Order: sequence, then structure tokens, then C-alpha cells
Amino acid sequence: MEEQKWDQSMGGFNAASRSQMAEAAAGGEESQRTLYPYVTGTSVIALKYKDGVIMACDTGASYGSTLRYKSVERIKAVGKHSLIGGSGEFSDFQEILRYLDELTLSDHMWDDGNSLGPKEIHSYLTRVMYNRRNKFDPLWNALILGGVKMGPKGAEKYLGMVNMIGTHFEENHIATGFGNHLAIPILRAEWREDMTFEEAVKLVEKCLLVLLYRDRSSINKFQVAKITTEGATIYPPYSLKTFWGFSHFENPAQGAVGSW
Amino acid sequence: MAGYMDLPTKGGFDFGLCRRNESLAEKKGLKIPGFLKTGTTIVGLVFKDGVVLGADTRATEGPIVADKNCEKIHFMAPNIYCCGAGTAADTEAVTDMVSSQLQLHRYATGRESRVVTALTLLKSHLFKYQGHVSAALVLGGVDCTGPHLHTVYPHGSTDTLPFATMGSGSLAAMSVFESKYKEGLTREEGIDLVAQAISAGVFNDLGSGSNVDVCVITKGKTEYLRNHLLPNPRTYVSSKGYSFTKGQTEILYTKVTQLKPKVDVSEGGDAMEE
Repeated sequence: MEEQKWDQSMGGFNAASRSQMAEAAAGGEESQRTLYPYVTGTSVIALKYKDGVIMACDTGASYGSTLRYKSVERIKAVGKHSLIGGSGEFSDFQEILRYLDELTLSDHMWDDGNSLGPKEIHSYLTRVMYNRRNKFDPLWNALILGGVKMGPKGAEKYLGMVNMIGTHFEENHIATGFGNHLAIPILRAEWREDMTFEEAVKLVEKCLLVLLYRDRSSINKFQVAKITTEGATIYPPYSLKTFWGFSHFENPAQGAVGSW
Repeated sequence: MAGYMDLPTKGGFDFGLCRRNESLAEKKGLKIPGFLKTGTTIVGLVFKDGVVLGADTRATEGPIVADKNCEKIHFMAPNIYCCGAGTAADTEAVTDMVSSQLQLHRYATGRESRVVTALTLLKSHLFKYQGHVSAALVLGGVDCTGPHLHTVYPHGSTDTLPFATMGSGSLAAMSVFESKYKEGLTREEGIDLVAQAISAGVFNDLGSGSNVDVCVITKGKTEYLRNHLLPNPRTYVSSKGYSFTKGQTEILYTKVTQLKPKVDVSEGGDAMEE
């Protein structure tokens, strides 16, 4: 009965808060809080380029120190204008995708020729994440939201991120997780405003390779996605070539017998 | 019957105080004092004719920069240098100690020191102290057997690598090395790559900053390029200067209080003994 009251006003209480309230009202007990993440995805990196935004990540999801799932899509298209990439707890990412589905569906049902742009979706996600954190029940993710929408000044590119405590910002290049330490130094040194798609992919692959070498939870199977005014394209997964041929690796103890 | 306190020590580390420390921490709630860390980016790489070592120059005391231009590349032997990260006192002391031991060894053998000698002396010392000597080192040099580069960890393990980074800025520097290192670099390329890696640490890690020091070691020649790059110059200096002449500050009122003389100087007294 309480549910019907919420449903009355369209865009009043949305999917995110509705489920929480229903739980609290039903049990009358303290709702359980997320204490640790279980199935986690590692870094996602994204950057703006000439025609839009490019985003990439690996397709692995770990269960603690086990590599449990090897074909997981952690980048999805949202609406007509955006891409979302998520690292952290994978079940929370799936829940966020469900909220975004409801959001874009009700937006579509207005049928007024308008559609939610990346800035609006980023703002929505920020509110959801921050409010959950305030209830001590966070969605354990770091999300990257990128997109392009036609505006009064032409195609406006947007790239922003939100994390589990609600910190959000906009930048020309963003990375989550280990990417912050390993990929951001490279992106800060080599990103330019007017990169072509090929150059952007090369830069992204440079970062993904370093992450593959130095992040223990990353795997050699990557997905690259792009979003332009023409729409979102998520490319099929592929591997990068690694190099292990340093002479020092062949016989490390050669100069120092007894060391390793 | 002699109590166990009277027996002579058999050598090795004395763990006698550990139980006392534990009970103090547990029962009395005494906090064990923390260590002063340097917060650093140090790197090394092997190029065609030798090794290049690099380091930033910031020493931190928590959130404060204690020394803007400290030296983190320590002398071990004329042909061996060592970069140090971790607790500043530990890196200084341990590199000084091993440097002295190497000098004595050179006198005894009459030969140039080898990098593996420094390596073994460092790792045995650090292992003996079970990680309590918090020194993470990048040791590099060229001896009669060729160029060598090693990393030494606080617990005493070592690695032999073509390129290495340590310290809080090690991930930023490693990202540069992993994407750009090749075998057979020339001297200029090696110095440039090391400078790029340290700059990545300087600009992307808060524990590292200020300038870039580089040290190039080849057979028979060592060049210590102190402050090879100065990417953080002081750009604004007040044109007015920092002198404060009388009359610059507005005086609201003046009150002069005479201090009463409290000390009576007495003549005489005992003369000081010679």
C-alpha cells in the first residue's frame, strides 16, 4: 500500500531510494551495511579525444585473491549519449545499471524529444552514491561516466567520475583504482586536446599494458569502448602483446651469485 | 648456578626487550613511537655502458617538507652509488656503514669494490634486523664484471633488474619505465628516461618533489649530476623585498615600563681556582 503512494508522483521517489525504504519499512530491523567488497573489478581508464570519449578496462572480476570471472563487461552504454565504466564490487555495479535502466526508461517515456545527457546522469549517480554513503551502506564502486551530447556550442564532450564516498569531479582523463597510480602519470604527460581515435587507442593501450604488468588483479583481455555523437561502440575483447625478453630476466643471478 | 643474565651473549640480535615492549603496549596502552619516512621517488636503470641512478630531493616529516633539497644518492664506493628510500636515518646509517666496510675491504684486498659485495653486506645487515631497519635501496654500480643494478628491501630480500623504482613515487616512475624502457639505451637516452621517471614521481606523488638528482656510473668514470633538473623554481619574489623599516607599521600608542634592577652585583667573592 505504501508503494502505491510513492508511485503516484512520477519522478518523485526513484528506484534507488524506493528499494531501501521498502526494506527498512518491512523488517523494522537495522538494514545490513556493506562492510567489504567480494567480487571486484580492477581499474578503468578513460580520456576525451577529438570526436568524443574513449574508455577501456580489462574483463576480469576477482573474488579476493582468486581470478573468478574472466569475461565480465565492466563498460556499458547508458541512454543515447553516455558510457559508464565501473570498478569495485561487481554486484553493486549491476545494481547501478538497473537504476540507470529505470531512469532512462522513465526519461524515454516522457517522449518529448529530450534525452538525459552525460552531465545529468553523472549528477544522478553522484546523488545516489553520496546518499548511500551517508546511510553507512555504500555502493562499493568507483564509476567513470563519459559521453557527448549536442549542445548550443556543438558537440560537448563530458568525462567525470564518482566514487563510493560521493567524491566526484570532471577531467580530461580519469582512472580508477590502480590506474590512479600507474596510468594517470602517463595520461598527464601525454594527453592532448585533439587526439585522433587511433592515437587515443594507442595511449590507452600504453596505460593498459603498464597496468597488466604491475597490477596483480588485471588480466590480459581488454575491452575498449568509445562514445561519439553517432552513438556508443563497445569493441570486442582482445589481448595485448607483452615483452619479457630483457637479458637481465634471462639470467638474473649472473652478476650476483646467490641473489635472485 | 649462574642466572641466564650472566651468560655471555652468543651473537645475533637480542630479542630480550620484545616481551617487555609487548606488555607495555598491551597493558599500559603505551604507543610505540613511529618512524620518520622520507617519501621518495628513487630509480635506476642499466644502459649500454653502465647504470644511471636518479632521485628526487624532498624529505618529509609527516605533512611538512623538512628539507627541500636533500641528497638521496649516497656514496658507497667510487664506482658504486646507492639511492635510499624509507626512514632517512636508517638509509644514511646503513649506507655509511657499508661504505666504510667497503673501504676497509679495498685496503685489505687492494682491488676495486664489487657491487655484489655491497649487496651482500646490505642484505645481511637488513635481514639480521628483521625489517626494523626501514631502508629500501636502489644499488647500482660498474665493476670488473660489468654494470649491475639491484634493489634491496627492508627485510633483506634483493632483486637484480634492468630497471627499478622504489619509494612512495615508485608506481608513477615505474609507469614511465614500463612504457618506455628498451635495452641498449645510450647515455643521453638513459639520463633522459631517468629524469622523466623522477619527474613523474615529483609531479604525481605528494611525498616526492623539488628537484631531480642524477648519477651516471660507467667503467672508470662516475658523474654525480646534482640538481640535474630544477622543475620547481621559485617564480614569485616580492619586488618590495622583505625589509621592514621603521615607520611602515602604524603605532597606536607607546608605553615604556622601566624594569626594576633585580640583580645586585657584589664585589669580591672567591676567585676561580687555576
